[in-house]
Amino acid sequence: MDMTAMCDVAFLLLTFFILTAQFRSQEAAAVDPPTSISGIKVPDKDIMTIALDKEGKVYFGIDNQNNRIAMLDNIAAAKGLSFNDKEKKAFALMASFGVPIAQLKSFLSLDNEQRMKVKQPGIPVDSTGAANENELKDWVFNARKANPQLRIAVKGDSYSKFPNFKNVLSTLQAQNINKFNLITGTEAPPAGWTND
Amino acid sequence: MAEIDTGGGGGKKGGGHVRSKKASTRVDMTPMVDLGFLLITFFILATTLSKPSSMTLNVPDKTKELETEPIKASNVMTIFLGKNDKIHYIFGKAATEDPEVVTVGYGYELRKAIQDNARKVPGDKFVVVIKPTKEATYRNTVDALDEMAITKTKRYALVDELMPDEKKLLKDKVNLEL
Repeated sequence: MDMTAMCDVAFLLLTFFILTAQFRSQEAAAVDPPTSISGIKVPDKDIMTIALDKEGKVYFGIDNQNNRIAMLDNIAAAKGLSFNDKEKKAFALMASFGVPIAQLKSFLSLDNEQRMKVKQPGIPVDSTGAANENELKDWVFNARKANPQLRIAVKGDSYSKFPNFKNVLSTLQAQNINKFNLITGTEAPPAGWTND
Repeated sequence: MAEIDTGGGGGKKGGGHVRSKKASTRVDMTPMVDLGFLLITFFILATTLSKPSSMTLNVPDKTKELETEPIKASNVMTIFLGKNDKIHYIFGKAATEDPEVVTVGYGYELRKAIQDNARKVPGDKFVVVIKPTKEATYRNTVDALDEMAITKTKRYALVDELMPDEKKLLKDKVNLEL
């Protein structure tokens, strides 16, 4: 059989996929966001993602690897901790994480495979957003210190309860962050709806 | 596709000797196709195609006390996001004035309720207050905010604290314990 045409098609599709694709990053949490009709795209860079999973656990991540290290250095300085180069490197490779600062060092010293198996307990938050044990506020603050241009995206799971989202919201508000993006899936607007 | 004629050129000739056979220039494409599809499969599985969209949310500044003129209760529709994907709303009356609590579902029912009530309010004075209860999910909140975009309600607020009056109202009228 003449395979030439089939080969052409296969490579055409391959080229298309290579050019349009974006690699799926390794996420700590499985989050399935709700859908909205909003067509605003999430920015590619300078983005901080606060993820909220089904059980209400909070995960945090920023996009740039160098900024991740700078952020870790800031946190270490603020909390009186120190991380070695290996731990920093491991931290830089994590797209998002959900461990309290106290457990972070031992979590980072694990090797990759073991780290994947660990059930991350989530970053501690509280309802006022300003309490000492609220670590999300420290991460947000130090991430912005590392990169002041960071925009904030909240990615919540459809079935996470509202009070958990409220805790994240009040943490951000306590930091005087009053504008942020909610990451959602895309949904078609109702028939006849126009954006004006 | 154009092909080069690689045939023997007319078969045996009368002279009796056989021409040496030319090697075919056609390449077997099957392994190349296999490889192509293997790579396509890999790229489909390893990538995300559609970028997620996002909605912007602005919340009031907590550090500043803003002087705002009080909103008349007759212009306000307060929607409570209850449990099991139900919405309870009151319109035109404050929670203390014994308002009628209407229960609707998300999507079309809520949209219709908002549009109907918006028509009863003159001008652009219509205000929607979204109050998620602790039984509501994050999805409910996003759906309600999305409904604001769909109905083009310009003035709305997301309020995360329920007043004692409102808790009592929901308990009495729709049996929602908060």
